[in-house]
Amino acid sequence: MLRQTRPMRSVAALGLYVAMMFAVARPAWAQEAPDALVKRVSQDVLTTIKADPLIQAGNQARIREVIEAKLLPNFDFMRMTALAMGKNWRTASAEQQQRLAEEFKSLLVRTYSGALNQYRNETIEYKPLRANPGDTDVTVRTAVVKPGGTPVQIDYSMEKKAEGWKCYDVVVGGVSLVTNYRDEFNEQIRNGGIDGLVKTLSERNRGVAAK
Amino acid sequence: MTFARLIAPALAIIAVAGCAQVPSRVDPLEPMNRGLYQVHDVVDTNLIKPIAQAYVDVVPQLVRQGVSNVFNNIDDLFSAVNGLLQGKPDKAGDDLGRVMLNTLFGIGGLFDLATDLGIERGGEDFGQTFAVWGLPSGPYLFVPLVGPTTVRDGTGLLVRIGLGPVGYIPDVPLRNSLYGVGAVDLRAQALGAGELVDTAALDRYLFIRNAYLQRRNYLIHDGKPPRDPEDE
Repeated sequence: MLRQTRPMRSVAALGLYVAMMFAVARPAWAQEAPDALVKRVSQDVLTTIKADPLIQAGNQARIREVIEAKLLPNFDFMRMTALAMGKNWRTASAEQQQRLAEEFKSLLVRTYSGALNQYRNETIEYKPLRANPGDTDVTVRTAVVKPGGTPVQIDYSMEKKAEGWKCYDVVVGGVSLVTNYRDEFNEQIRNGGIDGLVKTLSERNRGVAAK
Repeated sequence: MTFARLIAPALAIIAVAGCAQVPSRVDPLEPMNRGLYQVHDVVDTNLIKPIAQAYVDVVPQLVRQGVSNVFNNIDDLFSAVNGLLQGKPDKAGDDLGRVMLNTLFGIGGLFDLATDLGIERGGEDFGQTFAVWGLPSGPYLFVPLVGPTTVRDGTGLLVRIGLGPVGYIPDVPLRNSLYGVGAVDLRAQALGAGELVDTAALDRYLFIRNAYLQRRNYLIHDGKPPRDPEDE
């Protein structure tokens, strides 16, 4: 590079410049800061829900579609399931892990769509992100404010991965939606092994009531 | 101690009925608690929840908000006291300011002007104060009609109820009506959470227990609980 002739150098410089332009423009998606990501996705989901006549009429299936299209790609369900399982995660086979993550995902989607169904005229406050530029694990803090009500803190634990920031835990008013399951998962595994847990999860997702 | 005496008979009955369960650190009385939870669930499903639902269906939102505000205003006063007991004068000051503002300009607390002005509720209670003082939580308890608690939080609740003001109203029917309205107001506020538990839980008893303990830990540490090493 250093020994190239002048015209070659300017071509190389141009090439470098173009490459840089691409580098800046293309992964703008992947480079998006975690708090910006949370804000963009939440606003997108909420405006879609407000504008959709089917959802306003209480169509649960439609809410789930929106969640699956807009929300789910930003979550790391393998990590969430591993976190909920604790020590038991390592005793599960790769295939069991895959199934557990699928079922846990469905359960969380059902829960989340139920919660969104109660959403009326709340607004979301986005707190300033307290993190260092090199951090790969951050917490994005938000608060859901209901007119005249006490705000509910919702924190998103985010991890930086090759394909961008992924959420691996949602903490609502101090309650982690993921670790809250640990004792329940342990109990199922104690009673019926990993397959017992898979079975219970899939039953719950098919609408069988909990005890 | 009072609290332990209060639940001792129930403990004796249900401990016998409880089946073998792996005891947990936080919930050594799990067999008893599960029994009490089942009692609670039957009463709640068939009586308390329908009343709360009817209250929501019949009474306009504005009126219900007023009822909540009046009770909250009294709790804010106790939050201020607990803020001081925990050595948090800033928080206590906010709560005291809220009470003065809402009592004087919000017609005795019917309107929550302080929240509209951006003064947040401290939400401190005696259970949290005991925790800040270093008292252990004691075993987890599920008390029918009261819900999830611990020996520490339950004692705090008894202290709170003992201090009134509703308990000091001499007119018994009025006093009981106020207790009733207060209870229905609280239950009505939890209807949404109940729906969520029904969808989310594999085992509602465990789900409620863990959510309660996580929530209390969060409140004790004013929203900054230490991280559980098992989650790393």
